[in-house]
Formats: sequence, structure tokens, C-alpha cells
Amino acid sequence: MNGFMAVFKRELKGYFATPVAYVFLVIFLLVAGYLPFKDGFFELRQADLRLFFYNMPFILVVMVSAVAMRLWAEERKNGSIELLLTLPITIRQAVLGKFFAAWTFLAIALVLTFPLPVTVAYLGDPDAGQLVVGYLGCFLMAGSFLAIGMFFSALTKNQVISLILSGVACGILIFAGHPSSLNYVSSTISPAAASVFETLSFQNHFDSMMRGVVEVKDVVYFGILIAAWVVACGLILEERKAS
Amino acid sequence: MIDVQQLRRSFGPVVAVDGISFTADKGDVLGFLGPNGAGKSTAMKMLACFLTPDGGTAKICGHDILIDPVGVRQCLGYLAENAPAYNEMTVAGFLNFVCDARQIKGAKRRAALDKIVPMCSIESVYHQTIETLSKGYRRRVGLAQALIHDPQVLILDEPTDGLDPNQKHEVRQLINEMAKDKCIIISTHILEEVEQVCNRTVIIARGKILTDSTPKQLTDEHGCSLNEVFRKITTTKK
Repeated sequence: MNGFMAVFKRELKGYFATPVAYVFLVIFLLVAGYLPFKDGFFELRQADLRLFFYNMPFILVVMVSAVAMRLWAEERKNGSIELLLTLPITIRQAVLGKFFAAWTFLAIALVLTFPLPVTVAYLGDPDAGQLVVGYLGCFLMAGSFLAIGMFFSALTKNQVISLILSGVACGILIFAGHPSSLNYVSSTISPAAASVFETLSFQNHFDSMMRGVVEVKDVVYFGILIAAWVVACGLILEERKAS
Repeated sequence: MIDVQQLRRSFGPVVAVDGISFTADKGDVLGFLGPNGAGKSTAMKMLACFLTPDGGTAKICGHDILIDPVGVRQCLGYLAENAPAYNEMTVAGFLNFVCDARQIKGAKRRAALDKIVPMCSIESVYHQTIETLSKGYRRRVGLAQALIHDPQVLILDEPTDGLDPNQKHEVRQLINEMAKDKCIIISTHILEEVEQVCNRTVIIARGKILTDSTPKQLTDEHGCSLNEVFRKITTTKK
């Protein structure tokens, strides 16, 4: 797995070699820190991070798509994919290396929101388990968006197209589980269809983790989602790496 | 060391490489000539296992490109057209990444870098980012990347394209120095280059090999310069 480590190291360093990482971190932390207070963090008088987690899916759709869009599109555009894939590295190692490097970067971004849990712990007596599970949910969701974004990045040379496609795909997966969409589906198609939508959507699985409940089915949902999109990305690259 | 058998590849309706076969051994510097779009780059990409052939196969150092692409890449140095690299990295960072990927570690890495950096004359830009380099330096960094593991087989796609006359001369010298214990394939449009560095010429057009000979034999046979031979062969045999 040395090819994996080489790619992983290069990618992760790459974020901090360019302004990408810093711009991303600053904006992410600003938005993620501001929204809970805007939504009434103090007025709620509850020692938890529900408001912080509540906004996470929307922030992550935009931010993760932005991180993921360059993963392969850039590589294709400037031709370095030909260099990468003629080194003794398999496509699987390259895909996993890039994916885990980006996921690690997103984990760093999430860890840097630590002032919020610290604030909550200072002001009250939060349930530590709930916070940890909430963060785990954010991490898994970021990974899922990343896998989707990476897939679309492998489809095209154009980063803008990749950003829009992955933003829309992730958006659909979130909004499919929102009450308004579910009501619409159950009234126009059938209630059974609505429950299918609900289980396929991110929202439902993330909601329970946000409340501090870890269920095997939620973790498996994210796991399968990530694995499937990453495998699909590998297949797409194998098929059209040179085009 | 290189054994190509009936390699074919088409892109949609266009047949880029149409069943080429040749072999090359240690000590060979094989010049791959042909008009634009003849299939030179496609053939080289297939040998470097970047493109998969539609038919046929090739063996490099005993590794089959279809069965063991990673084995092929391990014993192969490949410089793609335009010398792609990671623009935001420094030359040092880039070469270290290539060492990582090729699993050249510790003292071996230091030795490899100490040898390759002066050899490609990139000491002066060693700590610069690649995007700030001129075309000539970029290409030399690409060459350094291809040579760092001292491969037995080298495939260079237009290695002197865009270099100034002095740099061209240097690269040719470099190739001549390495020629005796490696097997090298270079593609080029510059026919003087072929006369200077190659001991074999393969002329290819529309995906087919037209001649496989030596530069000397070609000029003797046709009684004219290599330029004219090239024109004769690639324009008459339609």
C-alpha cells in the first residue's frame, strides 16, 4: 500500500501548499460558527450543539463539493493524471489516497470547530456522548459528500461542472428526506414511496446521529454510500482516464 | 527488453495504432518518427500502461502490459508529451513524491537525487515551484522524474520539444551517455536528432509501421537526406 501513502501524503501536503486550505478553513469556520448564534444558540438555553449540527448538511454540501471538485478534474486538465497513472501506482491506490487525504482534511476542519463544544461545556453540562456522535455524523456525512464529489470530478475535466453536479446530487440526497418533499411524494405517488425516499436520504440518518443516537443501520448507510461512490469513481477512471 | 506484438488502439471510428509490432533490446535507441497524428504518442501511452490496447500486447522487461502493468511501470521511465507535473509543488517536493511512489527510500533516495539533479542541471531551480519554471526547465524536471529510478527502459515522448539549441544538445548528450546500458524509445519530429542519437528508426504513419531500419541504411538506400527519406516514405505510401 505504498502507492497509497505516496498519494495520500502528496495530496494532504498539497492542501497546505496552496491557499486552498486556508481559504476553505476560514470560510468554513466562520459560517459554521456564525449560524448557531444567528439561529438563537443563547436564547435556546440548552447545553448542546443541535443548532450547530442542524446547519451542517447545508454547509457541507457547498464546502465539500468545493474540496472535491478539483480532485480529478484538475489532474486531467493539466495532464498530470498521465504522470500519476504511469508511476507504479494502481488506480485503486490513487483513488483511495486522494479520498482519504481529502477526508482527513475535512476532519481537520471539523476538529477546528472545537471552540463550540468548549463553549457549551463552559456554559453548561452537555452530554459528551451526544457531542461525539454528532461529530461522527458530520464526519461520515462529509465523507459521503466527498465520495459523491470525487465521482463527479472524475467525470469531467471542468471543475465548475464537477462542482455543480456534485452539489446538486448531494442536495437531492438531503432534500429528498425533508418533510415537504416527503409530503409531496406521499400525496402524489404513495406513502410507501415516501418511506423509500426517507430511508435513502441523508437527512433521516444524520438526524438520529445529531440527537446522539448511533445505530448500526445509519453507520452502514454512510459506509455503503461512501464505498459505492468511491468504487464507481475508480471504474470511471479506469474507463476514461485518457479522454 | 521491449517486445511489441500487434498493438492496436482506436478512438471511436479513428484507428490510432493499427497493429504495430517491433522489438528493441538493450543498447537500442529507437527513434519513433511519423507525421502528426500518426499514432506515436498513443503507442507510447500504451507501452507506459496509461492506455489499454484494444488488441495485441507488449512485454517490457518480461512484464506483460496487460497482465502486470505495475511491474512494467516499475522498470520503465516515461516522459509524457508536454512533461506533465504538479504545478504547485516545488521541484524538490515533486521528485520526493516520485521517490515515494517508486519506493526509493533513505540513503538510496539521497543518492538518486544527488545523481539526477546535476545530471538534468536543475540545481538552480530545485526549490522553486514548478509553475514558475520555463518550458525547458519543466521538461528537464520531467526527465529527472523519468530517470530517478535508473530504469532499464526509457520512453520519451518528444523530449527536446520546446528546448533551446543548447538544451537540445544537452538532452541528446544525456541520451547518448545512457544509451549503452538501457533501451530507449524516443519520438521526435526533428530528424537531425535521429541521426545524432538513434541507432534505429521506425517510421509510422496512420497507425502502421512503414519502415524499421537504421538511419544510415535509410539514407544509403534512398540516396538522400533523412528529411527527404521521411517525406518520400510518409507521403507516397498512402
